[in-house]
Formats: sequence, structure tokens, C-alpha cells
Amino acid sequence: MSTTVTVTDATPPQLSHRLTAARLPRWAPAGIAGGSIVLGCAVGAVADLKSHLQWGLISALLFLVASYAVSASVEGRRQAKDRFATSLVWVAFICAVVPLVSLTFYTVQQGIGAITPEFLSHSMKGVVATLSPDGGIYHAIIGTVEQVLLATLIAAPIGLLTAVYLVEYGRGRLAKAVTFFVDVMTGIPSVVAGLFILSLWNILLGFEYSGFSGSLALAILMMPVVVRSTEEMLKLVPNELREASYALGVPRWKTILRIVLPTAIGGITTGVMLAVARITGETAPVMMLVFGADFINSDPFNGPQQSLPLYIWQQYSQVNNEFGYSRAWGAALVLIAFVMGLNLIARGIARWRSPKGGR
Amino acid sequence: MAKRIDVSGLSAYYGSTRAIEDISMTIEPRSVTAFIGPSGCGKSTFLRTLNRMHEVIPGARVEGKVMLDDENLYGANVDPVAVRRSVGMVFQRPNPFPTMSIYDNVVAGLRLAGVKKKSVLDGVVERSLQGANLWNEVKDRLNKPGAGLSGGQQQRLCIARAIAVEPEVLLMDEPCSALDPISTLAIEDLIGELKSQFTIVIVTHNMQQAARVSDRTAFFNLAGVGQPGKLIELDDTQRIFSNPSVQATEDYISGRFG
Repeated sequence: MSTTVTVTDATPPQLSHRLTAARLPRWAPAGIAGGSIVLGCAVGAVADLKSHLQWGLISALLFLVASYAVSASVEGRRQAKDRFATSLVWVAFICAVVPLVSLTFYTVQQGIGAITPEFLSHSMKGVVATLSPDGGIYHAIIGTVEQVLLATLIAAPIGLLTAVYLVEYGRGRLAKAVTFFVDVMTGIPSVVAGLFILSLWNILLGFEYSGFSGSLALAILMMPVVVRSTEEMLKLVPNELREASYALGVPRWKTILRIVLPTAIGGITTGVMLAVARITGETAPVMMLVFGADFINSDPFNGPQQSLPLYIWQQYSQVNNEFGYSRAWGAALVLIAFVMGLNLIARGIARWRSPKGGR
Repeated sequence: MAKRIDVSGLSAYYGSTRAIEDISMTIEPRSVTAFIGPSGCGKSTFLRTLNRMHEVIPGARVEGKVMLDDENLYGANVDPVAVRRSVGMVFQRPNPFPTMSIYDNVVAGLRLAGVKKKSVLDGVVERSLQGANLWNEVKDRLNKPGAGLSGGQQQRLCIARAIAVEPEVLLMDEPCSALDPISTLAIEDLIGELKSQFTIVIVTHNMQQAARVSDRTAFFNLAGVGQPGKLIELDDTQRIFSNPSVQATEDYISGRFG
């Protein structure tokens, strides 16, 4: 946007060598956007369109067309194309952000009222969910934290070591097969992972419903994500560092452990945390395997537990009245806050541990 | 310390491609031997066979013998990790470990070999950094990241890291090609000092540099694209640059090559 030198658009035979050309003022894009929004809303209101989404889309279209037209008439075709592309990027960005922001905003708006000290510190034991607003999500928080922790303890080391194998040792057929199956696993629907553990662990091996069997299914979902992200991070470690280490007479395993992994640890942590965030919101396998208890059960290995996504689903579909909705929104807000907290922690760790170049 | 290297009948391969063919030479202890020659003639490959770094690349292998005093580096029970402890290496591009401080970089080799005692490590850091002519510039910021140094300082840090494990031979693969003339001068001075303790082998594209720093010079050449590189001649640097015995050497040095 600065006052750069512009070359006018001209056809090759008579190339213009003038270095200055007409430019739209700096505020032009903002002005065009404002005008388009006003016009879009006016059109929407006049045509009596109910949905504000339609108003927005009309405004966006007007903005794109107007950017091109105004710029083409003042600055020429080449500049107009540039402005059109910039406008398109902006519109796409807003289209992506609006649902995200409105989702967060709406959840906070609906859920904040439900969150009280009692809601966070009580279970649903002895509460008639359909008739009273009492009860809480303490048992669901405990269940989610324990199940996710167990799943991470299983999936993170296995995923990490698999990635180390693929990047540092893997050659030939075995490595190709492992990569292929990891790719396949990435695409497994969570219901299938749940069914698999249900049939293997609970039916074939005869274990009862527990938080741990839920963790097993979550671990299956988490593992390929960890492998993939760790693999990418390890590939980013320059080969020169490995060679430098070998040249100092450091054996291979120590090079991996002390040079390669620390160099990539920031990215690896972020990858693991994102995988954790992903499985925290899984509902289907938990529904099949954890069973959804109303009471506090802090032992993930014995008996049914509760978990936040499952709790939300139960409150919404089974209680299915204002009390249920309120509790569901409250739990949803807590779940989003939990995942967001994990993400922030991951970013913090990534920044703290990543290689520094400062003097 | 400082051992003699005796190479006989050495060929190196990448997969089925022969990179260097039938090289035999003796590298004298406590001296600087420079390798010169056109790109692709196998200087770096040959250098990497001297501490078994060649085989780190998948599909690479070596035939022939490299004697370090009276031990064959390619003998039956030789551990490549042990070889690299006695034959250190400095690379073309400075590559300090990015997660480590200056101090940790210098002692990386010792620490990863299990040396833990602080007093020993402190001594090694000071001695190695002084040996690499870097001590005065970094002694007040040993705990800062090594990656924050300038290119020339980083390369001297890498030399300090290499000499900290007290190798007998130091291999340098174009150590100055990424550096400015002043840093290059610092490294060249350093090489002159280090040769009293180590056997030094340096690959360089800069013939003035070879003439300045080395006692003996080896000229490598290849017959054509896709042909393996060969040793043309190895002689005292002065003789190579004034009165070489092979015409190709003279052509290359005087710029009449190719």
C-alpha cells in the first residue's frame, strides 16, 4: 500500500516508460467495502430477504465487483486484477472467521449463565434432571481429564517412536507399509474405533465398561495424528545437525535423543496437544465405551464414567428441556475453554522450547 | 596425538556409482594437507571416507584400506563411532546445535559421551574456545544460544566443538567457503596454530588458501562427467604451485583448465 512506483498497463508494441500513474487513495478499499455493505444491506432490506447471511453475501459480491470496476476505471486493468485478488482474500478470510467467532460468542452467551461454583463442583447424582436446574459437570470433567490423559499416555509414546522409526531408521517395504497404515488410520471414523474396542476389549476379552476402554478408542484416534505431525517436525531437523553429531563420535540413538528430538520438541509438543484437543471432543466412542454415569467415579479402570461431550449429548437429547439445554451449553463452554487452554499451553511450550537465535 | 593416515587402493561408491577410484596417499601427522580440484572430483567424498562419515548416506560404501597409524579404519571389528571420536570433522556450513548454548555446544561431544564433571567441562570449554580463537569474543555470554553468533564465529565454535573431544585428526570440508575474508583469515590463522597438535586435512576451492595454509597439497581430477574422481598428484605445496610434475595440475592451478 505504500507509495511504490507503478508502471502503467500497456500493450507490448508501444511500451510506456512513464513511471507514475493514477492511483486510488489509500482509504479506497475501506471506502468501497463500507459502500458495498451499506448497499448490500439496503438491497437486502428492500428485497425483504429474511436471512442476514444473504445480506452479507450480497455485500461481499458487491465489494468484489466494485473493487474491480473502480480500480479498472482509475488505475487500469493490471492494478484492477491485483485489487480484485486482494479483495477476494479478504472476503474469504471473513467468511472463515465469521462462523468461528459467532460459534464462540454464542456458546459463551448461552453457557455463561449455567456456570456456577455448584455446577462445576457437583455431579448429577440424585438430581432429577428433567425437573430441576441443579446438578453439575464435576463427574464429566474428571472423566474427560482422566480418559484424555490415559489416551495420551498410550498414544503419544507409541506415535512418537513410530515417527522416529519412520524418519530415522525406516527404509524399504516396512516403512512404506507403516506409512500407509498410518494414513489409513487417520481416516478411521471415531465410531469405528469405538466399535473396534467394544468388540475386542469389552465383548471378546470381557472387560466391563470403563473410562479406560474409552481411552483405548481415543488412543487409536490420536496415534496417527501424533505420528504424522511428529514425522513432519523430525523431517525439518537439518541433516547437518545429525552429521555434526556423528562427527563428534556420538552414536546414532544418542544423536536422536539429545540432538534431533530437542531441536524438534516445540513442534512435536504442539502436534501432540492438537491431537489431544481433537480427541477431547470425541463423542461416539465415549458413548459406546464409557457409558455415561450420573455419579462421580474417579477410577477410570472400574465402572462407567462420564465425559463432557457425552454429557452434552445426554443433556440435549435425553433431558431435552430448558434445564437440559442450559446444562449442555454450560458443559460446551467448559469443553471449549478446556481445549483452548490446551492450545495456549501448547503454543507456550512451543515458544519456550524452540531453538532461539537471539544474541 | 596426531596420527599418520595411510590410504591404499580406496574406492568409494554411492549405490552403483563409483565416486572415487583407487586412491592411495599418505597424510603426514602435525601438518596441513590440502585437497584441491574441480567440483565433483570426489575431494569431499574422499575426506568423508577418512572418518567413516561417507557411510552415513544410504547406499554408500567403501573399498580399500585407511590406516590410522597401525589400525585399519575399515577393519572387521572397528566401531565407526570410535573412529569419529579420533577423527573429527568441520563442515562447509557452520552447524552449531540450535537448542544449545555456546557452552553446551562446545562440550556436546564430551557430554554425550558421558562426561559430567563440571570442573572438567569448564576447563575444556575455556581451552577449546581459546584454541579456536573465540574465547575473548564469547567468554561473557557462554550461556547465550550458539546460533546467535555471526557466521565466522559459528564456524570457530564448530572448530572448538570438534577439538573439544581431542581428536587425533581434524578434517575440514571447505570450512571458509561460507565466510567473509576477515573470518576466513581468522580460520586460516587458527589452522596454522592447530597443526602443532593435530593432523589436519582441508578441502578447499580457493587455491590461494591452499597455498597459504597447507604444507602438502593433493590435486584431484576426473576424466569427464560421470567418471570417478582420481588423485592426480600429492606433493609439497610449494612444489605443486611452482613446479608440478603433472601437466593437468599446472593447467588447473594456472587457470588453463578445461
